[in-house]
Amino acid sequence: MAKVKTLADLRKMKRELQTKIQVRENAENPESVVQVKVGMATSGIASGAKEVYSYFNEEMAKRNLNGITIQVGDMGYCYAEPTVEVLVPGKDSVVFGYVDVKKADEIIEKYIKEGELLDGIIPPNYQSINE
Amino acid sequence: MHMMVCGGTACRASESDIIVEKMKKELEYRQLDKDVQVVITGCFGLCEKGPIVKMLPDNTIYTGVKPSDVTKIIDEHIIKGRKVESLLFADPTKAETDSQYIDSHKKQIRIALRNCGFINPEAIDDYIAANGYEALGKCLEEYTPEQTIDIIKKSGLRGRGGGGFPTGLKWGFAAKSKGDQKYVVCNADEGDPGAFMDRSILEGDPHSVLEAMAICGYTMGADQGLIYIRAEYPLAIERLQIAIKQAREYGLLGEDILGSGFNFDIQLRLGAGAFVCGEETALIHSMEGLRGEPTIKPPFPAESGYNDKPTNVNNVETFANIPAIINKGADWFASIGTEKSTGTKVFALAGKINNVGLIEVPMGTTLREVIFEIGGGIKDGKKFKAVQTGGPSGGCLTEKHLDTPIDFDNLIAAGSMMGSGGMIVMDEDDCMVSMAKFYLDFTVEESCGKCAPCRIGNKRLYETLDKITQGKGTEDDLDLLRNMSHVIKDTSLCGLGQTSPNPVLSTLDNFWDEYVAHVKDHKCEAGQCKSLLQYNIIADDCVGCTACARVCPVGCIAGEKKEVHIIDQSICIKCGACMDKCKFNAIELI
Repeated sequence: MAKVKTLADLRKMKRELQTKIQVRENAENPESVVQVKVGMATSGIASGAKEVYSYFNEEMAKRNLNGITIQVGDMGYCYAEPTVEVLVPGKDSVVFGYVDVKKADEIIEKYIKEGELLDGIIPPNYQSINE
Repeated sequence: MHMMVCGGTACRASESDIIVEKMKKELEYRQLDKDVQVVITGCFGLCEKGPIVKMLPDNTIYTGVKPSDVTKIIDEHIIKGRKVESLLFADPTKAETDSQYIDSHKKQIRIALRNCGFINPEAIDDYIAANGYEALGKCLEEYTPEQTIDIIKKSGLRGRGGGGFPTGLKWGFAAKSKGDQKYVVCNADEGDPGAFMDRSILEGDPHSVLEAMAICGYTMGADQGLIYIRAEYPLAIERLQIAIKQAREYGLLGEDILGSGFNFDIQLRLGAGAFVCGEETALIHSMEGLRGEPTIKPPFPAESGYNDKPTNVNNVETFANIPAIINKGADWFASIGTEKSTGTKVFALAGKINNVGLIEVPMGTTLREVIFEIGGGIKDGKKFKAVQTGGPSGGCLTEKHLDTPIDFDNLIAAGSMMGSGGMIVMDEDDCMVSMAKFYLDFTVEESCGKCAPCRIGNKRLYETLDKITQGKGTEDDLDLLRNMSHVIKDTSLCGLGQTSPNPVLSTLDNFWDEYVAHVKDHKCEAGQCKSLLQYNIIADDCVGCTACARVCPVGCIAGEKKEVHIIDQSICIKCGACMDKCKFNAIELI
């Protein structure tokens, strides 16, 4: 692990990491990937998010999709857990609620592959200062 | 092209699902269904303006849409590519797009929760990419400890754990105190029932707390941080442990951080299930290995705390705001919220509300906006009765308080308090006397027992409330409740006792009629106090089969064969056997 020795080091590391993220999300880039963020805080896990996370992880690879599954904290939509945010490069991110393994399959086949939206999308009702 | 129709409960009540049905049918009929997809979404949080329809990819938003508008939308928007002006959300004469308008009108701004749900909490790289540890670096490199404290003072940040004490001032006291060893403590005990704000921050963005504690240590001259976290949060504990390990590996905790010569490290201390250990002196004693009992203040922890050394204790959410304030500036933070309560507050919305979850709103947002817009309104279309804020230390706010802007002082003036952020919504089926009893049950259990007013007084309050809900209360009991509550508040040693009577006083003030009905008429309007309910034989439906009379264990049902039977309420023991036996549904509970 690289030790961060000065503030300048930290800032350099930040820029490199941000570039990596931009590459991930840029649709023009051949290395761009679909990011599936699964809410894995206690409310999500209690509703079955771990299963959903594993499913996306395994199935995207099995179906030869260029995608990564990331665990994130509470998105705040506790009434609709498990929630999953899908970022397809070049498109606005979409949050799906009430995701179980069956819905996860639909998300992969219909939304990620074909761009078809599904019922049960949760419209974002907040803005983060970090966006 | 996509059409998103809001399927939130309020919009559904205004026929949004019929809009979807009609839209799909008509699109199919006109052979446009392959080009336009219609989906139902969750709540947009714009319930006042519903039903909401959002068109993609142009992001146009229509409000107040009716099933009769479906044809218009298809003709104008889909076929001719023109917006339907009469339904537009934003003012078409202004330059703002609908998305921009909505963004600027979004009721929530996430500061403390800025990274929750966006980054992987177990990856320090994610945190760094999101500006992590920049604030710590800035303080170490560009600001003196005094300048850093000034920034926090200027921001107006007040403690988010419930006390609302100005954070900059607190840090200033700790900085001034003399001691060969000083400590920074994070209060992650979060004992309020139903509150999970701190848990979400620790599970979703643990580094923000670590960074803030290091900044605090820098300002006060402490090289040791302690996080007191309740053992009931295993996931948060795990994520904190991972975060601390990673921060150490990167040299962001430990010795000579970022080459500045400043040392700071953090340890975890686990709580053992005591609500009272959320009180800072009890917390400190618990960490020292003593029984979690509060001690009198002064001396305050800033002067003499952990191991009698100067200690600064802050809540998780308070800390979570610090890096954002340093990075974006005190003026920016102070521009959000109200004059005396700057910034935002995280609330855990729970109870009889549709959109249960975590929200973060600027101070000054009204209760109405929180409950009926962001929260999506009351579940099952029932009537709003009250909202409890501040947990066992708070009071309830009613219909007349709904337009109160939320901030520290306004909520206290309204007879409640902000507390740590738990907000429990109640409807017409909730009994306020039972609610007060529930909280007293909790505080009686959690009282450390050190001082008589809390130990004995709260128990008496609970017993009296229990008596009332059993139908054995008298009007004298109501006076007892009020007088005892004031005595307990005035004479208890710590915050637990000083605030435990609040639910009682608040419900007595706002729901006096309900209490009187319980003691005078022995009636519970909400139907929750089972002992006050009566089994009643419906004369019109009773055929006089005598089955109920025969099964009654106390023989309180009288009636001849083929004649309407009647229950003697003075003997009835409310066992329910009669209702179970009746084949004609002629017995009801009222």
